[in-house]
Amino acid sequence: MTQQIWLIARRSVVRTFRQPGTWIPPLTFPLMLMAVNSNGLRAATHLPGFPTNSFLAFFLPFSFLQGALFASGIAGVDLARDIDTGFLNRLALTPVRGSALLIGQIGGAVGLGALQACVYLGVGLAFGVHIDTGIAGAFLILLLAVLIATGWGTLGLWLALRTGSSEGVQSQFPLLFFATFISSMNLPRNLIEVTWFRDIATINPVSYMIEGLRSLVITGWDAQALLLGFGFTFALIAVSLTLAGRQLKVRMART
Amino acid sequence: MSRSDQGIEAIGLRRQFKDIEAVAGIDLRVLPGEIYGFLGPNGAGKSTTVHMLTTLLPPSGGRATVAGFDVAKQGPKVRASIGAALQEAALDPFLTGAEHLRLQASLHGIRGDERKRLIAQLLDRVGLANAGNRKVRTYSGGMKRRLDLALALIHDPSILFLDEPTTGLDPQSRTALWDEVGRLAREEGVTVFLTTQYLEEADVLADRVGIIDHGRIVAEGTPAQLKAQIGKPTVEVVPESPDELDRLRGLLRRFGAETAARPGAFAVQLDGHGALPEVVRALDTENLRAAQINLHEPSLDDVFLAKTGRTLEGAEDEE
Repeated sequence: MTQQIWLIARRSVVRTFRQPGTWIPPLTFPLMLMAVNSNGLRAATHLPGFPTNSFLAFFLPFSFLQGALFASGIAGVDLARDIDTGFLNRLALTPVRGSALLIGQIGGAVGLGALQACVYLGVGLAFGVHIDTGIAGAFLILLLAVLIATGWGTLGLWLALRTGSSEGVQSQFPLLFFATFISSMNLPRNLIEVTWFRDIATINPVSYMIEGLRSLVITGWDAQALLLGFGFTFALIAVSLTLAGRQLKVRMART
Repeated sequence: MSRSDQGIEAIGLRRQFKDIEAVAGIDLRVLPGEIYGFLGPNGAGKSTTVHMLTTLLPPSGGRATVAGFDVAKQGPKVRASIGAALQEAALDPFLTGAEHLRLQASLHGIRGDERKRLIAQLLDRVGLANAGNRKVRTYSGGMKRRLDLALALIHDPSILFLDEPTTGLDPQSRTALWDEVGRLAREEGVTVFLTTQYLEEADVLADRVGIIDHGRIVAEGTPAQLKAQIGKPTVEVVPESPDELDRLRGLLRRFGAETAARPGAFAVQLDGHGALPEVVRALDTENLRAAQINLHEPSLDDVFLAKTGRTLEGAEDEE
């Protein structure tokens, strides 16, 4: 089983990184958004109660989340292509286990998520972001970012297995993207004045993933924020894996 | 090399997709070491049958065994015994040929030196030894099909399923693939289940042919048996003088029913091979000089026409 996961994951990573056109834009777009927002929205740091005087430090965690979302799109589209070309059938004719196939298939998304996390963290540090929790916190940021990429990546797999086409996967992503924007990405929830927006941001799990990462950058060791961040991330992984596992049985109906 | 002494057997095999009965109760038997050609137009049920026999699709009814294992109940054992190259080469354009083989071999539990040896041997056998380290996106259609075949053979299966393996290939690549498939059956005793929509392919390659239409097998036998059973040879005569065409028509109609002929010629379907000398004698007796006499052997398309009322080409257009 471990060997099978490794084989599928290695192929997923190799094919992802052999397509620069698919991983360079997802790597750079969050950086561009970070550059624009950290300058354009810098004035927000003057709001009473804003938790830091560096908007870059505040916004940095959203880049991890956005990068993870892009990575999940790649995972979904790659699997949809495998379904479309019959490659999934080729794998189904080998002794590979369905669970190994699923876990291995998100290898590309996880690999890209890890690369993105390192780059974003490096860029943040280079532009003066101070990680309040130190080196241990930085490693925890990378871990949480990779877990978030795993969760979103698995959701991408579910969409691929459900729709069976890359167009189907791509058409769903604006919805997920929208969900990330109605969150505490630009402002802390307690400073969002529009009630409906604040309410949605409060029930949106994405807010807690961002806040978990953010706490490590600007707050220090905040057990509640970390618990919620990791908790919602593990919940996303569990739900996505369950959905994807069920859909795989439908899609790969081998006897 | 150990080979299964069991081939393929299906009894009343069915597959329903909602209201559509894609395979409507198929009975067939493929003997070990035999090449079985499964011939039919697009949408006839060929691929659905292959998907059921390769365990990728559970049957809605009936039963089938492959290499002695039940396709519905013993999927993993069936899969361990078979190799399959399904419709369109299912390859990853971003991996090399050797990487494909390495992945496939590893998933089948083949490791180390044995894997290296097999990969080199198979790449060589399918003529890709010099292209093994190139990404598949640089391969031609024929190279992809050959790699597909190598992938199907990596775990030394006793039964090979080839679903339209030569569709879209140029004649040279097609012939090369036929040679390799023929060699596998003849020299290595591999049982081959080959679906095709090419009459020539079934004719050249298959020991026996099953013709499927609308999910049912409408004819089965060796190509020669099927042709002898249904098709009749056609004789086409071109008179030396075009003015003699009417006289020729009257003469040839004594030997069989009129059939399509080139302009300036007349053709009939003979009742049997023995009629040809009689045609020649009659032409001589009537002093009707012929510029050309052509005898056309019956084709599998004639068989398809007789069994379904349409030509295979016409049936494709309907789908």
